[in-house]
Amino acid sequence: MRDALGAMQSVLVLGGNSEIALAIVDRLIEGRTSRVVLAVREPAGAQSTIDRLTAAGVSASAIAFDALKPENHAKVLNDAFAEGDIDLVISAFGILGSQAEFDADPMFALQAVNANFGGAVTSSLIVADLMRRQGHGTLLMITSIAAMRGRADNYVYGSTKAGQDLFAQGLGDALVGSGVRVVVVRPGFVHTKMTDGMKPAPFSTTPDKVAEVVVDGLAKGRELIFAPSILRFVFAGLIHAPRMIWRRLGG
Amino acid sequence: MAHPRSTELFGWGRTAPTAADLRRPTSATELRRALPESNPRGLLARGLGRSYGDAAQNSGGRVIETIDVDAFTVHPTPADSDHVLVTAEAGVSIDRLLHSLVPQGLFVPVTPGTRYVTVGGAIAADIHGKNHHRKGSWCDHVESLRLQLADGSVVEIGPTQDPELYWATAGGMGLTGVILDATIRCPRIGSSRVLVDTDRAPDLDSVVELMATGDANYDYSVAWIDLMATGASMGRSVLTRGRFATADELGTAPGSDPFDYRAGVIASAPPFVPGGLLNKLTVRAFNELWFRKAPKERRDELQTIPTFFHPLDMVGGWNRIYGPGGFLQWQFVIPFGTEATLRRIIEELSAAGCTSFLAVLKAFGPSNDSPLSFPAPGWTLALDIPTGVPGLAALLDRLDDMVVEAGGRIYLAKDSRVRAELVPQMYPRLDEWRAVRERVDPQRRINSDLARRLSL
Repeated sequence: MRDALGAMQSVLVLGGNSEIALAIVDRLIEGRTSRVVLAVREPAGAQSTIDRLTAAGVSASAIAFDALKPENHAKVLNDAFAEGDIDLVISAFGILGSQAEFDADPMFALQAVNANFGGAVTSSLIVADLMRRQGHGTLLMITSIAAMRGRADNYVYGSTKAGQDLFAQGLGDALVGSGVRVVVVRPGFVHTKMTDGMKPAPFSTTPDKVAEVVVDGLAKGRELIFAPSILRFVFAGLIHAPRMIWRRLGG
Repeated sequence: MAHPRSTELFGWGRTAPTAADLRRPTSATELRRALPESNPRGLLARGLGRSYGDAAQNSGGRVIETIDVDAFTVHPTPADSDHVLVTAEAGVSIDRLLHSLVPQGLFVPVTPGTRYVTVGGAIAADIHGKNHHRKGSWCDHVESLRLQLADGSVVEIGPTQDPELYWATAGGMGLTGVILDATIRCPRIGSSRVLVDTDRAPDLDSVVELMATGDANYDYSVAWIDLMATGASMGRSVLTRGRFATADELGTAPGSDPFDYRAGVIASAPPFVPGGLLNKLTVRAFNELWFRKAPKERRDELQTIPTFFHPLDMVGGWNRIYGPGGFLQWQFVIPFGTEATLRRIIEELSAAGCTSFLAVLKAFGPSNDSPLSFPAPGWTLALDIPTGVPGLAALLDRLDDMVVEAGGRIYLAKDSRVRAELVPQMYPRLDEWRAVRERVDPQRRINSDLARRLSL
């Protein structure tokens, strides 16, 4: 159960190799979190994370989950919830890809759409239904600051995240009164293995700093979290910037 | 996919809402019918929702609000008996009881700081009041009660009928079954006024000394302590103690009613209050004013029942003043002889500058046979804190450890955040209670969010 100060006892991570999600988990286990389920494509590959969590006194396990196999989502998620209440689901899977790769291979772009948006929709609808049944829960959806405005250098990725972000906002409103909350997190440029070699955008951050902002936002009951927080104000201006100026900034 | 209609519920602290299929039976028959319908996440009875955390929530399951099941009978009793038996259905509130009993020269055996609690809730939390040092807690005054078990059967239990199940139900947080009604011993009173002595204590040592040496002379005793005071005035308190006045002591005109009782809500908190209204500055100013306003020492002041017992009830919905983030209450008891720990805890709270209004300090008397009942001989301190206080989670975790180390415990009816692994240390007879629950409800058809969170 979530407690009065926003601590969670059990967490399911969809995309259990995500550095941001694992940084959030690391902070949560300092609090009340004692059960962690990592949903990943290859459960064997998550063994080192499980060992690390187990050593910290957490009951940790991995289950097979593939964002690109939506037909399996219901079974995987039903099984995870059947093991006990899940207080927090972190939806953190996704394909980043560079615009150049997408330009060269439109089928790869479609794959990103199917994973980042399609897979998020199917898995979230199923999670929402399961959480409604248990009468409580928080679904944390990691979207991106790239969801806020189309940009020449990442519009495929940005549009998949924009779809996910809009979907999450609507889902959150649909769940008001059900005991279930949806929290949208929009990180800026985060230094991870996914972004290794990319040119960092201004206000770049690290998984641990994102986690700090997220855990604080969860405790305060926030529905929309920017990481770093300053992006909320930067983008409040940028989304209204004239397109000519935006293009120059977008580089 | 279709979902059953559900309603979000939270406790008095307005934190961590969860949704349940909420039913509100209007008669004892309907109440009894509510249980046998099965729900995979079980069922829980709920009264007026005054527990602070998640004790009266059952996420995804069914919650039966009992407040319309509220008939009660005052049994005919010889005039020379010092108490009268009252049989009340689970949803009867102390408020309703007082409106009927006080004009008849009767009182409730125990009342907490609010009269908006039900008889069912009073048993489930084994509530205590200002007379604990003399009279114990609510369940020490119950002759018998009727409990509907998870299998739908109804049993009558009491301190002499199936005492094991009775004492597991007393303080059992509603998890042994649905309480249908109870027969309670209500004491006679000489008037509806309380004769109150007030002492202003400049620091913690003086209030502890005053209570340790003087409480035995009073039926009712409690101290309000200013947790924002630091340094030499740390722990400064206003101690109010009293007993019911006799009709002769009222000094009113002949023919006036010594049992006159009026209790109502004179103001209400607005429906929406922004966060941050209670900050260090406003609370410190309030506490200062309140301390200075109290007389240094006053004797034999006549106070009404609402003024003495239920001052906060005069403001309807006062829990909203903490804003949208809600608040929690932390209440612990530690044994006599561990006053050094009491001091350290108050030091930590003062130093943290928690924006806490007045806290309540009281010396408890002996405990009863219930494995999960909160009161135990020692010092109990209760304080409200808004959830937004930075570092609050870590502070309270640290203080919980100090409580456990001193051999104390926290009050489950107030809890919304304690670590589950501390509960068996705080309640060393937890396994006895679990065995009774296993006996009467092996399938956990009765459940609550508190039970889930703390793995009761």
